[in-house]
Amino acid sequence: MADSSAMTAFSALLRRDLLLVWRRRGDALNPVLFALLVVTVFPLAIGPEKSTLSLIAPGVIWAAVLLAGLLSLDTMFRSDLEDGSLEMLLLAPQPLALMLFGKVLVHWLTTAVPLLIAAPLLAEMLHLQAPLLPVLMLSLLLGTPLLSLVGGVVVALTVGMRRSGMLLALLALPLYVPILILGAGCVAAAAQGLPYTGALLLLGAGLALLIILAPLATATALRIAMT
Amino acid sequence: MNPVLLWFHTMGSPPSFYAFAGRCLPWLYGIAIPMILWGCWAGLFEVPADYQQGDTFRILFVHVPAAWMSLLIYGVMAINAFIALVWRIKLSEQLAMNCAPIGAAFTALTLLTGAIWGKPMWGTWWTWDARLTSELVLLFLYLGVIGLYAAIEDRRAAARAACFLALIGFVNVPIVHFSVDWWNTLHQGATIRLFGKSSMDPSMIAPLIALAFGTKLWFVGSLLARTRVSIAEAERSKDWVHRALRARA
Repeated sequence: MADSSAMTAFSALLRRDLLLVWRRRGDALNPVLFALLVVTVFPLAIGPEKSTLSLIAPGVIWAAVLLAGLLSLDTMFRSDLEDGSLEMLLLAPQPLALMLFGKVLVHWLTTAVPLLIAAPLLAEMLHLQAPLLPVLMLSLLLGTPLLSLVGGVVVALTVGMRRSGMLLALLALPLYVPILILGAGCVAAAAQGLPYTGALLLLGAGLALLIILAPLATATALRIAMT
Repeated sequence: MNPVLLWFHTMGSPPSFYAFAGRCLPWLYGIAIPMILWGCWAGLFEVPADYQQGDTFRILFVHVPAAWMSLLIYGVMAINAFIALVWRIKLSEQLAMNCAPIGAAFTALTLLTGAIWGKPMWGTWWTWDARLTSELVLLFLYLGVIGLYAAIEDRRAAARAACFLALIGFVNVPIVHFSVDWWNTLHQGATIRLFGKSSMDPSMIAPLIALAFGTKLWFVGSLLARTRVSIAEAERSKDWVHRALRARA
């Protein structure tokens, strides 16, 4: 009974949050637009040489995806805090970690999945070599959920602060460093013809670990921040 | 009650910690400052020049103790943060929060002296090497803890949130280190070993040990002094603070 009620609440929360995003679907495209802008800045700043651009392409795309995710982190709990539903989640009998996992999942579905769909376009803009595209997509597929999970912990700590933008970046970036290194590093290794599966496996292992631990940490952080 | 346990319980009470820290401070600083001064003097003038690096290596006597401190202080902060979150001891919150600025200062000093040392030896101020990058991330973590603590109005909620961040960072630092190790490395390995033979000349070891212990005592002194002030500030409406401050004036 308890299990079914937790799962019912989980799916209700998913449906509600996805519906909320769908009603304001213009906003949901902002991260993609931002990543597109970041990627556009690089050829303008560095110059349009194809060889240079294809060299930096994996790193730039990873950085763009990371920054776009970082900017959208703030929205994860913002509206719920304002309308009071976050406090209801804290008081609800369902496990808080599961509910917050739902929030993180919605964040990933609405910011990272559009970015993943746009990634081939970004790769083409920077002349990424065609054989590297599957590696990039795979690394993003494993890496972006990690970014959302870790970001959820950090954003839970800063919930309720009015201007948390800069602080959020300062808190999240040190935690993003390994993900960025492994994610962008494996594409760079593949570009040099080196084995790259090790980094992908590490990302996968990190994901398996954090899917369990990060929601628990998010719940703890939120309880600290909301008391 | 067991005397050790009793001592811990007594220390948890702000007035007795305030008095105890006040009694310890002159001793800590009194031993630390001569040790640091002697270590610096011996490192600069007494120790022979290195056979490869000449006089440049002398910055090691600042760089290495500062680097050790930057990691040690993070450990002390994380342990206090853990105690603060699990047993909700107010004193540990204060101790953890007061570790952060000292640790950040030592980390900044490590990066600065490392850059000054790197220029003549590696021919560059900075390189994206594993140790350098982890040290930089460590500095960001310290700054994050300080920033989060400063950003929340309620002091106890701020301390608990920042303590939690310090703990997350504690898990993160080894991961960052290994990930950048895999990525790129140039910094030399360890030359000082606690057990077995160090690959460093014995004449250089004595000043280094003096500096290592001197900085540790100085850190404890500085931590106690800062915590005394923050305790007095947090309890400023209490009677004992007024009495203690009046006794000083």
